[in-house]
Amino acid sequence: MTITLSDWLRESANWVFLLIALPTLFGAVMTVTSQNIVRAVLYLVVSLGGTAALFLMLGAEFVGWTVVLVYIGAVIILFLIGIMITRAPLGTNAALSHDTNVTRPAALLSVVFLGIVAWGFIDAFGADAIEPFEPTPTADLADAIFTRFVIPFEVVSIVLLAALVGGIAIARRDDEGVSS
Amino acid sequence: MTIVQFVLVGSALFSIGLFGVLTRKNAVLILASVELMLAAVNINLVAFDVYLQDPIHAGQIFSLFIIALAAAEVGIGIAIVLMIYRNRQSADPDDLRLMRG
Repeated sequence: MTITLSDWLRESANWVFLLIALPTLFGAVMTVTSQNIVRAVLYLVVSLGGTAALFLMLGAEFVGWTVVLVYIGAVIILFLIGIMITRAPLGTNAALSHDTNVTRPAALLSVVFLGIVAWGFIDAFGADAIEPFEPTPTADLADAIFTRFVIPFEVVSIVLLAALVGGIAIARRDDEGVSS
Repeated sequence: MTIVQFVLVGSALFSIGLFGVLTRKNAVLILASVELMLAAVNINLVAFDVYLQDPIHAGQIFSLFIIALAAAEVGIGIAIVLMIYRNRQSADPDDLRLMRG
């Protein structure tokens, strides 16, 4: 079964999809190519916001808002703090990326990888439509997490605690007792 | 809506993140590219969760675990970059050649 592009564009939800997906990909491209380090991280906000919008479009409300809170709220701030502490050049600087002798093979590799993966997915799923669905109730996710997935949940809690303690232990300045 | 359109956006994001990991010279920006790759994986998980109509929503729960672990990874990653910067005054991973013979 094949669908043509005009059939696909007749569905209004697909226009919403394009409106979300194109800025997402644009933000991602700018994140990896921008020569201004702060701008690169701020374009990451655009890209991650786009993924959150895609989650909302798929009815995954809890995951979408979690992305907004955790990624855009916390991880981006962490990146900006990391940039400021390492005093990376805040203006335009050509040294943020490798030369063309690295970027050209890397671009080729990425495009080949995308081609293989895209071919595989299109070959396997073709034009399979997503059946009409209701937004996922957050209560269903909570029920599943605290019954079926309770042990992975606890393991993730311990990993987060260990990461927190480890992060403090690594980044802490060890100069008590040293005259400074 | 087809499943392929979401999965293709995920694949494109993953490829862009791969390009960023390979070409960036600043450790913080490499971590940002890794975040793009993890976001791409999340899109695939949620899209297939909705497509397969999973009654326990395993895809969405797995993506929540990935979000939590990505946050932990960034915290540790920034701490390591910070410590390397403090010891070697550089955030470029190519400057770390102590293990090279």
